[in-house]
Formats: sequence, structure tokens, C-alpha cells
Amino acid sequence: MSESQSGDAFVAFERVQKSYDGENLVVKDLNLSMPKGEFLTMLGPSGSGKTTCLMMLAGFETATHGKILLDGVSINNIPPHKRGIGMVFQNYALFPHMTVAENLSFPLEVRKIGKSQREEKVRRALDMVQMGEFGGRRPAQLSGGQQQRIALARALVFEPELVLMDEPLGALDKQLREHMQFEITKLAHDLGITTVYVTHDQTEALTMSDRVAVFNDGRIQQLAPPDELYESPQNSFVAQFIGENNTLEGTVKEIRNGVALVELDDGEVIDAKPVNVSQPGERTTISIRPERVEVDLSRLSENAHTLNAEVAEFIYMGDVFRTRLKVAGRDDFIVKTRNSADQQRLKPGTQIKIGWQPEDCRALEAV
Amino acid sequence: MSDTTDTGPVLAADGTPLKRSLNRALRAQKMRALMLIAPLLIFVLVTFIAPILDMLFRSVENQIVSNTLPYTVEQLADWDPETGEAPGDAVFAALYKDMFIAAETKRHTRLGTRLNYEQVGLSSMFRGSGRQIDDFGKDQIKALEKLDNSWKDAAFWYALMTGGEGAEGHTALLNAQRVRMATVTGDDYDGDIGFVPGRAIAALLPETAQAYTAFALFTAVEDEDVVAEEKPWEAVKVALIRDLQAGADVAGYDGPGAAELRAAQELAAELPALDFRQAFTASDKGWSDPETWRTIQIYSPDLTSGYFLNAVDLKQSADGIEPRPENERIYIKLFKRTLFMSLVICGACIVLAYPVSYLLATLPMRTANLLMILVLLPFWTSLLVRTSAWKVMLQQQGVINDVLVWLGLVNDAGRLVMINNQFGTIVAMTHILLPFMILPMYSVMSTIPPAYVRAAKSLGATNWTAFWRVYFPQSVPGIGAGSILVFILSIGYYITPELVGGTTGTFISNRIAYHISSSLNWGLAAALGTILLAAVLILYWAYDKIVGIDNVKLG
Ligand SMILES: Nc1ncnc2c1ncn2[C@@H]1O[C@H](COP(=O)(O)OP(=O)(O)O)[C@@H](O)[C@H]1O
Ligand SMILES: [Mg+2]
Repeated sequence: MSESQSGDAFVAFERVQKSYDGENLVVKDLNLSMPKGEFLTMLGPSGSGKTTCLMMLAGFETATHGKILLDGVSINNIPPHKRGIGMVFQNYALFPHMTVAENLSFPLEVRKIGKSQREEKVRRALDMVQMGEFGGRRPAQLSGGQQQRIALARALVFEPELVLMDEPLGALDKQLREHMQFEITKLAHDLGITTVYVTHDQTEALTMSDRVAVFNDGRIQQLAPPDELYESPQNSFVAQFIGENNTLEGTVKEIRNGVALVELDDGEVIDAKPVNVSQPGERTTISIRPERVEVDLSRLSENAHTLNAEVAEFIYMGDVFRTRLKVAGRDDFIVKTRNSADQQRLKPGTQIKIGWQPEDCRALEAV
Repeated sequence: MSDTTDTGPVLAADGTPLKRSLNRALRAQKMRALMLIAPLLIFVLVTFIAPILDMLFRSVENQIVSNTLPYTVEQLADWDPETGEAPGDAVFAALYKDMFIAAETKRHTRLGTRLNYEQVGLSSMFRGSGRQIDDFGKDQIKALEKLDNSWKDAAFWYALMTGGEGAEGHTALLNAQRVRMATVTGDDYDGDIGFVPGRAIAALLPETAQAYTAFALFTAVEDEDVVAEEKPWEAVKVALIRDLQAGADVAGYDGPGAAELRAAQELAAELPALDFRQAFTASDKGWSDPETWRTIQIYSPDLTSGYFLNAVDLKQSADGIEPRPENERIYIKLFKRTLFMSLVICGACIVLAYPVSYLLATLPMRTANLLMILVLLPFWTSLLVRTSAWKVMLQQQGVINDVLVWLGLVNDAGRLVMINNQFGTIVAMTHILLPFMILPMYSVMSTIPPAYVRAAKSLGATNWTAFWRVYFPQSVPGIGAGSILVFILSIGYYITPELVGGTTGTFISNRIAYHISSSLNWGLAAALGTILLAAVLILYWAYDKIVGIDNVKLG
């Protein structure tokens, strides 16, 4: 992914590196380009450098190496207040000594916008987040969700073309978070703004984004739309990080017709789609989603390989059954089956056979 | 809702009202809390609150006049100062009785010192008259003793005044005199003194019996001598002559010394009457001045506003309260100067402390810790050392002047005067009080998340706007806390102005200290202290009204 295609990109990172202490690179060779209007999420575990990237884009940290372009212009030397980028902070950073309306009119005042126009814009922004009646309150008099909306309105009131959000929903409870996820995406699309969103919550990333950049160890591991990310993870980290996932260790025996035959460590053999392996004899980690494992072998093709498994635990979860199996010497192999009328409920201790379509199982690099 | 009805109080499980059982449960907790703070509470009460209350009381307390001159104060009550003349003979007679005892017990100088605060010259007047009071009525006493040698005899007097063996004693008179002596001296006059005045003789010679009883008490208690072996005071003999001249009916008396009394009365009739007014005036002209008596009369009540008037450069005069003469007005000026300099020091501290606190709050931990040590360094050095160091720095032959001369900025003759004046005090105190400004500022600033300033900048504010509109308002509580601390500390500061203030840079507290330890005018010191305390409380209240005490944070 090192090719630079920032020709028509609105935001572009080109070979950006960042070190705070001169010893460790927090961001290693970041290349990223976003078209106008895109909602891009940076997803990754804590400490993977997401905030650092966002801060470099906002201008609060300087890149140690590389270029950051905004609308084709390098912004490395432009101070933050001249970048015109809206920003929503994790704890909202609403000014506690100002009322909600004053908070919103602050960016307009510093832009020397006239009073009447200012009031009009503030009112519109408050209406936009359904907080019209709260202009006179102090931030401390608002609930978390309300503060969140105000922070959003403040970042949008001066009509920036690019908005950055750093874990803006981290402090909210689950229900409110889901509601706000919806509102934020809707607003972003309605207004046509370009958004860079940072989160460590994969559900949030998958539901909100046009594209997701999975960060780990200062690098983008994969940059793809949510469905592609889930269904075709490019490496073990992404496969593990996004969604639930079963892994088994083995060695590639042969690759034929786009299907790899993998010999597991206990000697059994199974089919997989080669992703990060190319030659027989390579160590590999195969990865299969729990809902793609078949226990009903009649649905597989005639000559498909199968594995022996013993049922360790059966969990009834309402819409699905979750069965834990012992497979190839591991006891954390999960199978999810739909709670349909003909679905059988497996008893612990039962010996069964499992298998899958080769294209559902991905042979990735060994970890 | 639950099983409670909406009419009665909520009940606990055992049927007692919930409030009461809650209180019972909390009481043990409260008692434990009280026990924990009890040692400190007692310590503070005994060593801090009580002395302060005592000092506050001293600012209005004025019992010394009525304690030392009880008879005079009583007689003086009828005197009308508007007449413009000194009071009548009765007052002078009472003054003689009071002054004699005061002089014997050496209490007249204290009273003189006290009244001298109100009218200059009274101190020497009291001292002079006290020294000469033994000589008042000298001629009459000589004549009496020449008439009969027994008037010189201690045993004769003792027999006369007791009324002989088995005579009925007048314990009420004895106890009254005990109280009087105790009031004048502040000492304890209880216990057996080996003397009780006879009831018959006390009725016959009331003044004499009174004076002799006082003498007997003094002899037995203060001198620890036997009353019967000591010759009585001149005041006793003077009282006898006055009693006899007043027409005591000695003809019918048959107790011990009756014959001598009758002879003495014949003599007394021929002697000229005792003129106390003339005697006092001869000892000091001041006694004829109505102003003197006015002062005594004004300050005879047990409580006085005199110290407070004095503390604000006023005085009580014949025409009510009026300002003191120009050359005696110092306290208002000192209060103003104290307030002004405290404000300047406070302002200087704010200006110097703000950037330092900002750095402390924003620098990385390691650097900030180092800086913090530098800030706290002054605390590790003695206050005296720091102040003296400023003397070395600022004096005319000091480091700064030397450098300025060396640089040629001032010539050798024109060395700057930077110490022993207001400038020196302000510089030294700003330095000393700076940590008290930095610490609260720092602790407030360190709670301001950097995200606010970043948010402001991301919204388009320049560095200055972000600071002024977003950071500064949030740091104001720190400025408030620091200012209160520094201002209140400096308004009562003593040691530094004393050392480097000279005459123009001293504070009101230096004056208070002077009155406590040098002039011993504790009442005035207490009044000044009370005014200072009130000023601080008023300022604190005003601060609360204007800024709001909720806006003060120490962290
Ligand atoms: N101001 C800073 N100074 C030094 N190290 C920092 C600073 N900010 C972040 N780091 C380090 O950089 C790494 C990435 O941090 P960050 O970008 O905040 O990660 P994320 O937002 O993904 O959790 C972390 O190891 C963190 O300790
Ligand atoms: Mg982060």
C-alpha cells in the first residue's frame, strides 16, 4: 500500500513518521489518502498511534518525517488555527466558563463574523443537533450525551470541510453510543463533510465508516470498506481484531486451483484459501469465522476435507447457538449456528465432524 | 410506593421513627470524629482562640482607673466639667485616700502611664505626687505627736483600733478593705492578719478605722510584719485629725486611749484644717487643671472606646470626639500604607507567579519537578537569612548598586537608595511571599486539561486568543486563592518590614509590636490588632461578594 495516489485526494499522508522521544517510532511510514466526503475510521488497540495521527493532521503535533496534504497543499507548516479543521475531543473540551451558545459562537467570533449572522449560525447548529433550547446552559448542566451533541455542533458551526473526532463516544453508555453513531454518520453524510474518526471499538468502526484503517504498532494493517475488512482480512492481526474468529496452526501441504491444503499440527488435513502463503511447507495460521463452520456435512461438496471435533459446551443465546468444540488439540473453537427449526442442539461429549467451504477459511501468515 | 403511609413519619424495622434511629446510628460516628479532632481543638482553643479573645477584650478594657482610685471616681461622678474649674475638696480628700494606698502599693505609676496615653504629662504628675504624698499634713502630725508620745507608739495604736481585749470586732469593715486592697493591687488579701477593727471605735472614727485597717492589711500581707509592732501610716494620722476636726464624739467613749483622744480633739480644734487641694497642687500644678480631671472622669468607666479612637487618630475631648493634633496622627496613615503596600506586593506576586505557574503546569514532569524545587527553595532557608540577603543586595554599598556603578549607569555619588524604605520592603516581601502565590496557581492550572486550549485553536483562535479567552478565565480561581493568601499574609507581616522597612516602609504590625513590647500600651495594640482583623474580614467579605469564594480553589 505504499503507492502514492494523492492526486485527487482531499487529505493525504505521505510517508509520515512520528517519534516523541527520538528513540521509538510511534507512527511508522503512514500512507493514506482520502477523497472528499469520505467517512474514514482509524481503528486499533490503545497505543497504536491513532491519536498521534489525528494530532498531526490537526497541527498539534509535527510529523518527524513525511508530508501531510490538505486539498493538495502541504500543511506541515500551517499552525492549527489556520487549518480550518473541526475537531471533537474525547472529553468534549467544552469551555466550562461559557454557556453553550457562547461555546458555539466562539469559532465564529474569532473569525470576526457579525453578531446577527453569528446568532443565526449558532441557532442553526443547535437545531441541527436538536439542542435548540439549551443555548443558555453551562456545559456542566448537561448530560454526557447532550455535551456530546454540543461538541459536535461546535466543531461544525464554522462549516469546516474536514472534521476530526477522537473517540468522541468513549464516555457514553452503550445505548446512547449507538444512537449517536447513527446521528454522527447521518450528519456527516448530509453535510458532505470529510470525517476522520478514531475509535478502538470495532462495531463502531464497522457500522459508521465508508472505509476503516486498522492500526497496529504504528502502521496501517489494512485499509478497506467494512465488509471487505470483515470478510477478507489481509493478515492475522486484522482477522483477530475484527469480529470473532477461530484460528488453527498448520503447515501448507500444497496449493492447487486457488485452494491450499493445510496439514494441522495433529496431522489432520483441511482446505483453506491462500492469502498470505504461496509455497508448500510454509507455516500458516488458518482463520475461519464461527458462523461459516458447517456441522451439517451434507452441505459441503463431495470431496471436501473434514475435521474431528468433540463438543465441549453448548450455549443457548436465543437467536443463535454457540457451541464450543475441541478441535486439533485446541478447546476454544467456536461454532455459531442459527436457531432454526431443523437445527440440532449438540450435547457436550458428542463426537462430530466439521468442515467448511474452502473460500471461507483464510490461510494467513503464521504468528 | 412502599408500605409507608403518607401521613406519619417513616418507621424503621423496630418501629422507631427512621429519623431517630438514623441519628442514633450517626451519633457514634460523630462522637468518634469529635474525639479525633479533640486534641487539636483543645490546643487551638487554649493557645490561640483564648489569647485572641483576651487581646480583643483588652482593646476596650479600662478598669485600672476605677480600681486604683475607687473613692475618687465615686466622688468625681458629681463633678460637672462644664464649670471649667477643678472639682471640690471632697474629691481631693478622696484622691488623698486613694493616692496614699496607690503610692504605698506602687500602683500609681502604672495608672499614670495609662492616663498619659490620653493626656501627656499625667505620668510625671502621678509619679511626683506619689513621691510627696507622705508629707501631706506633716505639720498637723508633728503637733499631734508632740502632744503625746503614745501617738508614735505602735502598740498604743493597735490597742486603740481594736478597742481592747474582748471588744466586738467589725469584720464587715475588714472585709470591705480586703476587697479594696485586692482591687488596687490585684493581689490576694485573704487570711488572718492578726487584727480586727473594733466596732465602737469604727463608729466613732470611721475614716481612721478605714485607713488603719488598710494599713494593717498591707503590713500583714505585703510586708509580712506583725500589725501591733508597726507604726501606722501618715494617712492614718491624717484621717484621725480629720475625724476629730469633723466633731467625733469622743467625750462619751471609754475604750483604750479615750483620754488621749480627748486631748487630741482639743488640739485638733486649734489646728488649721487640712487642705488637700492646696497640697496636691503644690506637688504638681496639673491637679488644678480641669482638663486633668476631665481625663480621669472620661476614663473612669470600666470599658472605654479610647484605645479605638486613638487607633484611628481621634480623641475624646470636652466637645466630644475630635481628631488628634496633626503631629500625633500616625495610625490612619499606617493603615493606608499597609493596605497599599500589601496590594502592590500582591500585584507583583501575581505578575511574577503567573508565568512560573504556567510553566510548572505545562512542562513535562521531570523539568516541572526541578522548577518546583527552585520555587520551594526559599522555604528551606530561614526568613531572616532571606531578608538579610536582600539587605546585602540592595544597600547603597550592596551588590546591585556596585553593578550599576560598574556599568556606569549611576555615578558613585548617586547610588540608589533601595533599602530601608518602601521599595526595599516591597521587593523583599514579594520574594518571600511568592511561593504562596505560585502554589495555589499551579495547583489550579494543573487541573486545566490541555484539550481546552487545543480545542480553542482548532476552532480558529490564535495562541493569544486561546490563552486569554479560554485558559486565563479558568486559571482565575488560582489567582484568587493566591491573592487572598498573599494579601492576608502581607497585611499582618512583621519581621521583614521591621528589618528592611526603615521608617517609610513599616507596617501597622510593626507599630502593634512596638506597643506590645516597648511602650507596653497593650490596649492600643489590641485595638489596632482588632481593626486589622476587622479590615481583613471585611475585605474577605467584599471579595466573596465580588469574586465569589466558590471561585477560589486550592487544587
Ligand atoms: N505527548 C506524548 N509524548 C510521548 N509519547 C507519547 C505522547 N503521546 C502519545 N505517546 C505515545 O505514543 C504512542 C501512541 O499513542 P496514541 O497516538 O495516543 O495512541 P492511541 O490513540 O492509538 O491510543 C503510545 O505509546 C504513547 O505512549
Ligand atoms: Mg487515543
